[in-house]
Amino acid sequence: MEPLGWGGILAGIALRFLPVWIGLAATFAISIAFKRRLGLYGKIFDSTVGMIGLGMVLFWVFTALFAGMIATHDPLAVVSGMKNAKLGSPLPEGFAGYPHYLLGGDNLARDVFSRMVMGAREVLKIAPAATLFAFMVGITLGLPAGYFGGTLDMVLSFLANLVLAFPVILLFYLLVTPEIVETGIPVIMAAVLFLLPILFLVLLWNSRYRVAPMQRNVLVAVTLVVGFWLYAGLAFDADPLGLISMPANLLIVFVSVVFVNAPTVFRIVRGLTLDIKTRDYVAAAQTRGEGPWYIMLWEILPNARGPLIVDFCLRIGYTTILLGTLGFFGLGVSPESPDWGSTINEGRRLLSVFPHPALVPALALMSLVLGLNLLADGLREESLRD
Amino acid sequence: MLKFLLRRGGTMLLTALCLTFVVFFLTNLPPNLEKLAKSEASVRMSDADVASWIERNGYGRPILVRYGEWLGVVPGWTNTEADGRLRGRCVDRAPVPAEAPAYCGLLQGYWGFSTFFKAPVGDKLGYHLGLTGILMFWVMMLMVPASLLIGVLAGMREGSRTDRVLSTFSITTTATPEYVSGVVFIVFLASPAGFQLFKGSAASAMDGPTFENFFLPVLTIALYGIGYIARMTRASMTEVMTAQYIRTARLKGLSFGAIVLRHALRNALIAPFTVIMLQFPWLLNGVVIVETLFNYKGFGWTLVQAAGNNDIELLLACSVVAVFVVLVTQLISDVGYVFLNPRIRIA
Repeated sequence: MEPLGWGGILAGIALRFLPVWIGLAATFAISIAFKRRLGLYGKIFDSTVGMIGLGMVLFWVFTALFAGMIATHDPLAVVSGMKNAKLGSPLPEGFAGYPHYLLGGDNLARDVFSRMVMGAREVLKIAPAATLFAFMVGITLGLPAGYFGGTLDMVLSFLANLVLAFPVILLFYLLVTPEIVETGIPVIMAAVLFLLPILFLVLLWNSRYRVAPMQRNVLVAVTLVVGFWLYAGLAFDADPLGLISMPANLLIVFVSVVFVNAPTVFRIVRGLTLDIKTRDYVAAAQTRGEGPWYIMLWEILPNARGPLIVDFCLRIGYTTILLGTLGFFGLGVSPESPDWGSTINEGRRLLSVFPHPALVPALALMSLVLGLNLLADGLREESLRD
Repeated sequence: MLKFLLRRGGTMLLTALCLTFVVFFLTNLPPNLEKLAKSEASVRMSDADVASWIERNGYGRPILVRYGEWLGVVPGWTNTEADGRLRGRCVDRAPVPAEAPAYCGLLQGYWGFSTFFKAPVGDKLGYHLGLTGILMFWVMMLMVPASLLIGVLAGMREGSRTDRVLSTFSITTTATPEYVSGVVFIVFLASPAGFQLFKGSAASAMDGPTFENFFLPVLTIALYGIGYIARMTRASMTEVMTAQYIRTARLKGLSFGAIVLRHALRNALIAPFTVIMLQFPWLLNGVVIVETLFNYKGFGWTLVQAAGNNDIELLLACSVVAVFVVLVTQLISDVGYVFLNPRIRIA
């Protein structure tokens, strides 16, 4: 079989991404058709920058979803003779399956293209979830700090500044080590950090439906049952049903990323709360005799959503960069893992001779983060308009 | 002002103590000490031997006492071996054991002994910090003028073509972490696959930095910061350009150049100053990545080696330096902000 030329490689890749193109086209067609009824999400389609950003982000989201269909080979499979193979190299005769390594092979003779595609799944599994947790933690602590002020604010702000004064890389080197996993510190940190999202939701429902006990009880009960089921599975790896589990090395990565991001979210939420609590509608709610948590969660928080949504997009990008940094230093992830950071780390040793194994995931990571930044920019522009 | 400085100083000291204690605690966990015992004495030690080694070498004392020892506010441990030899934290390095000082810690200028370098931490850290100092100097020389220029050019005419091109450039650089841009630069500018203009390794720059071996690491660190600072400068510049006094200057008939240089620039540069200062902690990150990527044996490389080789005292020293840099830049940014902006006065 002949090696593919540049045209053949590009055509092959475009064809493999077919499910992604279909998904993108469908999403854009439906969203543009109904953009007036979709609120802030629909407004993205009024800004070119926002649309480009959303397109790039969705590209990787669909890639992660359909990774099994897109990948040409098993990301861990080794094919003899394909070590550091050039782009578009054919597989040896008589090999079943896809006949080419579209983007070449790495130094262990694995397919670079498939590893990149599978890496998208690894990254998008952790980054948005970790960011969401960081936001829940930051919001649950930032709202009371800004609203009540006083000693609570002082203590929490000091703690947040303490974490922020830590150089991130040093924190990772201290936290993400096998020795720390041995001592059980990550489980304790997870136990504390993961409790806050449950607390957040319970407070949210309780403050809203306090006057309708039936509805409140149902919502709180559902939150508690589902919350503690996930809590047991994620933090202690003790899911009674055996469905949810998190390996110890992944848990410490997740916890440290949440730990690094939460103080910044805390500061943003605290600042917004300090600003919004002087507004008239807050005074009106106070005069009505609403409780402090109702005011914080149902009056202040919805009015702070604009900057928070923008920061959420930026922060997913930042988290992706952090995860890549962890992979780059070989911290916390298994060496086999196809995630982009560790693939770059593996490829950099032979960078000047065989650039493609490191370059492909590097460009993938860059395009995802760039997409998130552009999306945030578009959202900021559109939310400032009204 | 004095009261503000005192309060800031107090908070800083408390923060520094808390942070170093956290680092001390995390580096001195039982598994780390076990590993240290096995690497220092013998790999094939039994658990009982490990426990006795830890006890004999002063690692068995309570963590707070040992933190005090390390700081130099608690007398160092002493021990009489089975053969009657006196040993101890301060005794081991004193020429005459009997005359050893009681205290030897950070306050006495003793940073500990590095098991990785097989030399006192203080001697080695200075050399490697110096190398990073050179790197940071050139990063600043490239980053600050470039980012301010881009920000001011983009912000003086909001929405123009220049603005859009420069803003896209800044967004792209903020989306490119150092380990990505470094890889891209090496592939395209320093390997046979692209143009071989530079060297892909900065190892030779440790003896004599030249444009050829030093530009890529400097550019890689600076690039990430450039985008961020430029965006802040642009935001602050566009805000200033819509202010009343700029309109007045325009109505007076001043030229556009004079308005930008004399009226807008000074006010627009207050916000970026804070950002540049607060960028230091992130630059520290960049330093670690770039020094690993380009094989430049500076501070970041030392930190990676200390962490990777379980060199407790070296890692502690690195953290002290890192924490010091972060806290001092925070202070400078606060104080500088007050000086630059006469409208803000601190009670």
